Amino acid sequence: MDFARIMTIAVSMIFINNFILSKFLGLCPFLGVSKETKPAVSMGLAVIFVMTCSAVITWSIYNYLLIPFGITYLRTITFILVIAAFVQLIEMVIRKFSLALYRSLGIYLPLITTNCAVLGVTILNVDDFFIQGKPIPGSFFFATLQAFFAGVGFLLALIIMSGIRERLELTDVPPSMQGIPIAFIVASLMSLAFMGFSGFKF
Amino acid sequence: MKRLLHEFTKGITIENPTFGLILGLCPTLAVSTSLGNAIGMGAAATFVLVCSNTIVSSVRRIIPDRIRLPAFIVIIATFVTMCELIMKAYAPALDVSLGIFVPLIVVNCIIMARAEAFACKHGVGASIFDGLGMGVGFTLGLCVIASVREILGAGSIAGKQLIPGFQPATVLILAPGALATLGLLIALSNLMKSKKSTCRACRKGGCG
Repeated sequence: MDFARIMTIAVSMIFINNFILSKFLGLCPFLGVSKETKPAVSMGLAVIFVMTCSAVITWSIYNYLLIPFGITYLRTITFILVIAAFVQLIEMVIRKFSLALYRSLGIYLPLITTNCAVLGVTILNVDDFFIQGKPIPGSFFFATLQAFFAGVGFLLALIIMSGIRERLELTDVPPSMQGIPIAFIVASLMSLAFMGFSGFKF
Repeated sequence: MKRLLHEFTKGITIENPTFGLILGLCPTLAVSTSLGNAIGMGAAATFVLVCSNTIVSSVRRIIPDRIRLPAFIVIIATFVTMCELIMKAYAPALDVSLGIFVPLIVVNCIIMARAEAFACKHGVGASIFDGLGMGVGFTLGLCVIASVREILGAGSIAGKQLIPGFQPATVLILAPGALATLGLLIALSNLMKSKKSTCRACRKGGCG
């Protein structure tokens, strides 16, 4: 496989096109779960896992089911249902086999279904790695990688944000800025920092 | 009639999705780069919201409680797909500039939240008005953010140059500007609310 292409996808997904900070995908858990570092890490890992697996599943469905039957316009419905069913399945499996893991991840799993980052990455995969209904060479591999690194970027942003918000608890914030507004300002400054990777374009 | 009117206005004022409930943030931030995009997105979301509210409230007695969420998702996704196809056919330029956020209306929390919190408990009429109110409130919220960003970030409104020779701050069009604008606007709306009453609950955020 082309190593340069892999590195490009990795750097682009983690830093330049970070899902949260430059594409605004998955802001919901980003604001909801970033109050403390530990749950943030669990959530990030769960997202990486779900994203990678859903990318594998949706790519296969798109390539082997939707394209041969010419029903690619059903992709939104199919993808969201597959993701929802998959998340439910994972939840059941984890509850059955590891109660400790279920306790630390459990409550975040249902939230992932409505995480736009997961649906977003599967749709982006289909847009990026299929040309006129045909997968490009190495399409499956790239799609999986793109989803994995998008998840890593998500985890990175979540960890940084939760670290900052833990400190923010101790500071004196004006009453009307407390909570969500100040979190947005912090996210904005983080996003400004991440823009350094892509550079300003005037 | 008065009750229906109340369902309509509450979405615009107290329970405004953007500033009151803080729902549906991802599309709010991503498409508010210009007023045109904001209105297009708002219209698409309103269409889906009204249609899904109507269908959900009319089948609410048939759907078993345990599978209601998957059923809602299918209903919403159907309308989103319709919306996507209509937009591709009649407004291709808008479709390109909204891009991935058209299919992502499916996971817009406002729509799911209204189906779950309102439409599955109320009648068809009230649900339609609730959907309309929420949709209009969402559109207005988007338009406010988009106007601020477009005026300061591009020096124009809906594509028209406002002040000749004005040097716009491009950063407002980009990602950091979106987050900062929304943060400051929510703070402003909190400030206005706290002057009226000591509303502690307004600070609580929902999911995005």
